[in-house]
Amino acid sequence: MDWLDALTLARIQFAFTVSFHIIFPAFSIGLASYLAVLNGLHLATGRAVYLELFNYWKKIFALAFGMGVVSGLVMSYEFGTNWSVFADKTGPVLGPLMGYEVMSAFFLEAGFLGVMLFGRARVGPRLHCFATAMVALGTFMSAFWILSVNSWMQTPAGFSQNAEGQFVVESWLEVIFNPSFPYRLVHTILAAYLTTAFVVGGVAAFHLLKMRLQKVALATPERLASQLAVHTMFSMAMWMAACVAPLQILAGDQHGLNTVEHQPRKIAAIEGHYETQARAPLILFGIPNSKEERMDYVIEIPYLGSLILTHSLDGVIQGMKEWPPSERPPMGIVFYAFRVMVGIGMLMLGLGVWSLWLRHRGKLYENVWMLRAALWMGPSGFVAVLAGWVVTEVGRQPYTVYNLLRTADSAAPIHAAAVAGSLIAFVVVYFALFGAGTVYILRLMRQAPDAGHAELPVNEPVRAGGIGRPSALTGASGTAALKGQP
Amino acid sequence: MTIDYALIWAGLIAFAVLAYIVLDGFDLGVGILFPWVKGQEHRDQMMNSVVPVWDGNETWLVLGGGGLFAVFPLAYSIIMPALYAPFIVMLLALVFRGVAFEFRFKSRNNQWFWDLAFAGGSIVAAFAQGVAMGALVQGIPVVGRAYSGGWWDWLSPFSLLTGLALVVGYALLGATWLMLKTEGHVAQQALRAARVLGVALLGLIVVVSVWTPFLHEHFMLKWFAWPEVVLVVPVPILVAVCALLLYKGLSEEKPLTAFLSVQGLFVLSYMGLLISFFPYIVPSAVTLWQAAAPDKSLKFLLVGAVVLLPMILAYTAYAYWVFRGKVGPTHHYHA
Repeated sequence: MDWLDALTLARIQFAFTVSFHIIFPAFSIGLASYLAVLNGLHLATGRAVYLELFNYWKKIFALAFGMGVVSGLVMSYEFGTNWSVFADKTGPVLGPLMGYEVMSAFFLEAGFLGVMLFGRARVGPRLHCFATAMVALGTFMSAFWILSVNSWMQTPAGFSQNAEGQFVVESWLEVIFNPSFPYRLVHTILAAYLTTAFVVGGVAAFHLLKMRLQKVALATPERLASQLAVHTMFSMAMWMAACVAPLQILAGDQHGLNTVEHQPRKIAAIEGHYETQARAPLILFGIPNSKEERMDYVIEIPYLGSLILTHSLDGVIQGMKEWPPSERPPMGIVFYAFRVMVGIGMLMLGLGVWSLWLRHRGKLYENVWMLRAALWMGPSGFVAVLAGWVVTEVGRQPYTVYNLLRTADSAAPIHAAAVAGSLIAFVVVYFALFGAGTVYILRLMRQAPDAGHAELPVNEPVRAGGIGRPSALTGASGTAALKGQP
Repeated sequence: MTIDYALIWAGLIAFAVLAYIVLDGFDLGVGILFPWVKGQEHRDQMMNSVVPVWDGNETWLVLGGGGLFAVFPLAYSIIMPALYAPFIVMLLALVFRGVAFEFRFKSRNNQWFWDLAFAGGSIVAAFAQGVAMGALVQGIPVVGRAYSGGWWDWLSPFSLLTGLALVVGYALLGATWLMLKTEGHVAQQALRAARVLGVALLGLIVVVSVWTPFLHEHFMLKWFAWPEVVLVVPVPILVAVCALLLYKGLSEEKPLTAFLSVQGLFVLSYMGLLISFFPYIVPSAVTLWQAAAPDKSLKFLLVGAVVLLPMILAYTAYAYWVFRGKVGPTHHYHA
């Protein structure tokens, strides 16, 4: 098992922990914004349905956010424990960006999260809405800084190197707004929004399908309220899908053009081209054969590759053979992952367009095939996010800082046994804990938006943080809060 | 006059770590005390007393780690591999107790498991932090720009003792916090625990303080040479004052006095440690100026710190104020 050295183990560990981690922020970035919108709509219109949905999704947010926080804490120390050479060299550039992330994002989220989850009765609807907006802003700031970090590693700019081999900043603006950052930021934020939209849509579709089966039951006011909530949820989710999916495809195209310019090897892997060629076809599918350096079983569309990547029919696309094997990323993983991501993107667009058509015909909530499709597409955003992440991270190998610091030269002087031990611990703990967390989230989602209110009325004295001073609830702020609730 | 950015940042990182100890210490302590309080409603009450604030408290640990990476990358890249095992164990333990906050209230059938995860995670995390601190104090061998010791160097009688001391200390913080924030059975149990823990902590502080100067010549000089000794002498005197206040707080059942006096003990022990360390960031091996990132990085982040840290402190204080008062025994978690 020669290949299972400390470096490989450290890479597996990073890939594992970051892949688990990215699922939670991908969801909570979108969900925080959704919660802020719901809260704002309730404040503006006074309609009970928005607050009901807010209370419904807030519980799911609390779970997902908690898992995101603890899995993210691990990441912030892993740079040092497993990648200490990388940390020493890039610390002067990347450290301050992460410092800004902690100060402008993590504290903001954590500071207002308590108020958002438990403080409505204590602070009143306005401040509560403000707190929700601050949590959403925090998730956005977090994405901003960490994607700036990631983008700098992909397309480093604005730096020089000192005698110790450390990267030293020449211009902070160039570092932060490095060439790939704006594209990556937009692409990732839209991905988070789409992911959340499809989760919300999937949950709504689940309840709509369930309600169809129970149609014979009496239309009690509670059931009607619940139905309204589910309809609102589904409608909002499908509007998001219809609007954001095309934007995302546009953003992805622009991001791709940026990658052609700065990381042509990644593009060669994505496209599956070994040979440099003009009028390149678009390879829809194939099996990369790295031994013979060609694609097997190719299905392709002539000219389309050049058209997409250079926006001209006879544009030249560089193939992998342009570079020596020591400089190449592994082609297979990148090639397949990219097709998974784009395939899901197209399906999302399809569902969005279909929803517009059904909405136009007034059948959005009735068409069974639509509801089934939305249900199955519920988790698709997570798959697409992970696939996209694999494309960009594997595609920039064999470097951590593109063309400057090799992955092999970034690791900490740690024994393979120590890395293997911690890797096993992470795998066991993550699967057990986050598996349990997923079960709890699914259980919450299984309840229809009103079902939870049987045991917990919407007028609940919101005091999880306890601290019951009954006077505060019957006092002015308490009455205001109660008035704001259905 | 040139501004010593490295020194300013050493102060800010030291502040972040202190803020972490002062804030997360009591919520870890609540977890440590979990096994000694029976009854689900009592445990609900204990957990509810920290639920709205634990997240923010733990963020100071991220700032400590992230800040070290940002402004003292050399120290970060030496300390983390050296203390690999305690840090990994601490992180895993924090994952357990972090998810337990949410999962415990979602699961009434498997609640015993999340009780265990919360208590175990808190105890192990506190112990690992204490061990890591002890290992750092006793010293880390460095060659060039990297850690050069073995994988078990962190394990020593001294580091095990500091691990124990931190568990006891956090538990005492947690107990006095519960006296402050709860009533009835939980508050009474907390008071009884605090009496035992108070005596134990003072004993441990004395043993660790006497032991520390013998670990490095550098420490010995700091503690017993003129004029440094002027800085050092007030520390034990103030520790005695805090001990007296703690006694008063516990015997007259004044929870706020008790809580603040334990916080005082933590601040003083921490000050003692800082005085011993200075000017090293890795004792006897790397000074804070050697470890510092270039001034350009320090300056850039300092602008943010000057603007953002006061805001952070303000809204953190606001969150505590919103959730002021005691946790009633009958209120259920809702989210």
